[in-house]
Amino acid sequence: MMEAKFLHAGEQGLVVEFGADISNETNAKVHWLAKELAQRSDLAIREIIPTYRSLLVYFDAVEISREHLCHAIKKIMAEERGVQGGQAQRSAKVIHIPVCYGGEFGPDLVFVAEHNDISPEEVIRIHTSTPYLVFMLGFTPGFPYLGGMSDKIATPRLDKPRVRIPAGSVGIAGSQTGFYPIESPGGWQLIGRTPIKAFHAESAHPFLFAAGDYLQFKSVSMEAFQEIRAQVDAGSYIPEVTMLQGG
Amino acid sequence: MFTIINPGFFSTVQDEGRWGYQVYGMPVAGAIDRYAYNVANLLAGNQPGAAAIEMTMLGGTFRFNDSRLVAICGADMQAALDGAVVPNWSAFTVPAGSELAFGYAVSGCRAYLAVQGGVDVPRVLNSRSTYTRAAVGGLQGRALLKDDVLNVGQDNEADVTAQVLAAQYVPSYGENISLRVLLGPQDDMFTADAIQTFFTGEYTISNEADRMGYRLEGPKITHVAKADIVSDALCLGAIQVPAHGVPIIMLADRQTTGGYAKIGAVISPDLTKLAQAKPGDRVRFQKIEDREAVAALREEREAYLSIRKSLQGNITTGNATAARLYNVTVNGTVYSVEVKEIL
Repeated sequence: MMEAKFLHAGEQGLVVEFGADISNETNAKVHWLAKELAQRSDLAIREIIPTYRSLLVYFDAVEISREHLCHAIKKIMAEERGVQGGQAQRSAKVIHIPVCYGGEFGPDLVFVAEHNDISPEEVIRIHTSTPYLVFMLGFTPGFPYLGGMSDKIATPRLDKPRVRIPAGSVGIAGSQTGFYPIESPGGWQLIGRTPIKAFHAESAHPFLFAAGDYLQFKSVSMEAFQEIRAQVDAGSYIPEVTMLQGG
Repeated sequence: MFTIINPGFFSTVQDEGRWGYQVYGMPVAGAIDRYAYNVANLLAGNQPGAAAIEMTMLGGTFRFNDSRLVAICGADMQAALDGAVVPNWSAFTVPAGSELAFGYAVSGCRAYLAVQGGVDVPRVLNSRSTYTRAAVGGLQGRALLKDDVLNVGQDNEADVTAQVLAAQYVPSYGENISLRVLLGPQDDMFTADAIQTFFTGEYTISNEADRMGYRLEGPKITHVAKADIVSDALCLGAIQVPAHGVPIIMLADRQTTGGYAKIGAVISPDLTKLAQAKPGDRVRFQKIEDREAVAALREEREAYLSIRKSLQGNITTGNATAARLYNVTVNGTVYSVEVKEIL
């Protein structure tokens, strides 16, 4: 039996919370319910925002009562069988993200290496060794909150955040990793930069990936970085996408 | 088409907001005072959702190439058409070549200028709203600048004429506001004393108050343990309380997610009051239950219907207090002539 809390977020917001932890299991429930609700046109749902461990469901509180909506969601949850078991782990997309590590693009790579008593090359090897689950997007358009980075390269945030971090910067904050889709302030340790755009308003597909996808970083040279950047600017770059088979 | 002669302090193109993309981390943006924005569109005969100009604290000056019905609502920025005062919360015709100038807000904080047909800028992700932090929407993703030229679209639907909104629909903006709050989703992270403090204390709006959110100053609200949560979504009106203990109310340009405990949310019909409040104004919170909050939402929607009806009932008569404007061309120069009833 799937358990959840039903909480208020204003008169038109319902929070369905599956837990207080960051885990693949809890997050899988969130994305499962988000998909189920996206198919329901009878519940006056305006928008759904899935996050690490809960969903915010915006609904029209004049069209449908909160009680009615909660009842419908509980019914969907009661009828579900597989999501808690391994078989609910469907195949997922892996988007490959080219990164030029170190140098001017990764001013903190040496610090991350020294902090963990390993070489910069080892940091890059570990960072590119495994796909990371996109738990959610937030902070700025297209910013991925990723899970699954090795603790061997975990590094605390900067004491003093940078005022401007260039778009595409790849960083580490504690045991989290991710990259900045647009220029913004931030306190992450920067280890490299990607030439691709996670958010491109004018494109037919403005967002490169969605919550529930995986990202896999790949080390590329400065020359490859420049080449890909030119393709991205010309609108001709097609990211490499593979499938991760779950189960 | 109309030209920005002077953009004012911070003026942007806004509509109902960019809903549907928060899953990708894209903030909603949109008119921060939903009521004034919607009424401006009603007065201008526009469809709901037509883009308008939102001005902040100090309004701009606009020159119109063509004669057109426009409407102004929200903060009273002492609007004048070619030097003649025009009433707030009204629709009137701007003659070709005329200049509509706004000054500083003598009451309220944000004024809306709706033009019949709506402001026509490209839609980005189904919305014309400007979100300046990511340079998305509006005119090149930014606030308006001197010499910008804006096109007018075809988002009009109703045949309306110049008139002033009935007084019963005009809100008054005070320096002391009361906001109704629904507790949650993390009210259990605050002590009972803290919740008591929150609902009995008086807060002042700090200088850190913009389209993203309003930071308040006042009695500290203490958490049971920590202030941080595993990040979750931020609803419109969400009241975050970081470890420093003073609330921040999240508004139109809020980030989609946040990592601080939220004691509650201001109900959306009350956000019009906050959108018109300025730094230094005082805020009190009032606890309400779900049923009352939904009733308030229903009342707000009924008000729009009733305004729409009243405008159509008034269609041919205009209003005695509204000046009528005519365009007169003398020796090739266009003059605007104001005709008022003398009582």
